[in-house]
Amino acid sequence: MMPKLKRQEIVDLLSSGRRIDGRGLEELRALEIRCRTVKNAEGSAEVRLGKTLAIAGVKTSVGTPFADTPNMGVMIVNAEFLPIASPTFEPGPPDENAIELARVIDRGLRRAGMIDLEQLCIVPGKAVWEVWIDIYALNHDGNLMDASALAAVASILTAEMPKAMVNEKGEVMINKSEKQKLPIKSIPITVTIAKIGDKLVADPSLDEEEVADAFLTATFVKDNVCAIQKRGEKSLTAEETLRALQIARQRARELLKIVKEVVGSG
Amino acid sequence: MSVKGKELTLISPDGRRLDGRRPDDIRELKIKAGILENAGGSAYVELGNTKIYAAVYGPREVHPRHLALPNRAVIRCRYHMTPFSVEERKSPAPTRREIELSKVIRESLTPAIIVEQFPFSAIDIFIEVINADGSTRCASIIAASVALASAGIPMKDLVAACSVGKINGVLVLDVTDVEDKNGEVDMSFAMMPNRNEITLLQLDGVLSLEEIERAISMTSKACKEIYEKQKSALKEKYIELRKAVEEGART
Repeated sequence: MMPKLKRQEIVDLLSSGRRIDGRGLEELRALEIRCRTVKNAEGSAEVRLGKTLAIAGVKTSVGTPFADTPNMGVMIVNAEFLPIASPTFEPGPPDENAIELARVIDRGLRRAGMIDLEQLCIVPGKAVWEVWIDIYALNHDGNLMDASALAAVASILTAEMPKAMVNEKGEVMINKSEKQKLPIKSIPITVTIAKIGDKLVADPSLDEEEVADAFLTATFVKDNVCAIQKRGEKSLTAEETLRALQIARQRARELLKIVKEVVGSG
Repeated sequence: MSVKGKELTLISPDGRRLDGRRPDDIRELKIKAGILENAGGSAYVELGNTKIYAAVYGPREVHPRHLALPNRAVIRCRYHMTPFSVEERKSPAPTRREIELSKVIRESLTPAIIVEQFPFSAIDIFIEVINADGSTRCASIIAASVALASAGIPMKDLVAACSVGKINGVLVLDVTDVEDKNGEVDMSFAMMPNRNEITLLQLDGVLSLEEIERAISMTSKACKEIYEKQKSALKEKYIELRKAVEEGART
């Protein structure tokens, strides 16, 4: 009953061009990105999007490459929705939502070629850098996807990892006193648009997520799309899809500027 | 398979793909409805060498009970690949990929089901990939949608699906495994053809907005052809059923 009433209120407001929290339809919530908050992590970032809070940390280790990509480093994205973040989250292994979020962010980073994995090869076929990106939801007030993606990107951009050397015996030596940045090729930006009734809104809050029909999450790299995920139990028309992508692209351009500023200023 | 440093020519200059198809051809599609006797509804789909069984059980009681909803049916879906369906044996335990695909397939079918008709019940959709040669999620949706209809579940429309790829710069329909692994893009797409509504859209690879628009229009056209085959498969089931009944009456 409550969701029905809430939906009616949200839909009525949207039809007059307003949102339940006073934002414009295509407007994002206040964004705050804090980098390097975890000293023991190679890279880290906390992202606050309205009241949604997500943290991402980067750790690196030396491992063996995959057989089909002997001269490429390995990137692993993992996400967990902690019970600390919401009364509806339960402890245990990641559920389908956390797995989907991690895989969507992984596709965005991978297909944008954000990290130059070839530069992370130490000994072809034998030793490569593994980059672990772990994302944790700390407070869920909607759109964990975009907050998590921003946290992942900011943590990668600010990461500093040790240097690896190969000695005369062919062993891999790690030099922790010398630091290097991760090899970065591009900065992907992920934006989610929700469909509620016949309206499209950017950066849905939890109230909006609960009543939304469908979501479109798109990751942009240099104005092109490198990953899309439609989510939710209802449909979108082709027109809505393309309009959502256009709105998302505009927001992605703005977010890219903010990310660059934040990372540049430390 | 491509070897690193060696570019595989996936499409010839005159627009022929490795299996001889043109960019907007889909592979041969065979659909058979109602082949697993225990299921309320079922279907078998062959899309080239991609082979899928789908079965629907329910509407039935929800276990565990607390998952039941008072206003609608719960839709559950499990997409699973058999260990022998791929080149290197796959562990039968569900992978992260399978968990994600189960979710997006469920979300691609749910918009078509009139869930309000079955409060407190569950409709379970089980999908087994028998042989994988690309586009398994699209073939799964084709199969599951026919299985749902053949189970007599009330639906707004069938759901048809077809993937789009980009190989050597050309947009192509219904990608094979080789095209997926060596191509630039894999986009999965499903729609309710009669209602013109998109129920699945996943992109893995770089496309411009204009290319996405073109890809959607290409695959929408293919989905309408696939839709006709889904309907024929359902009709076929009832023609066979009638034959069996008539023969039974004679003997």
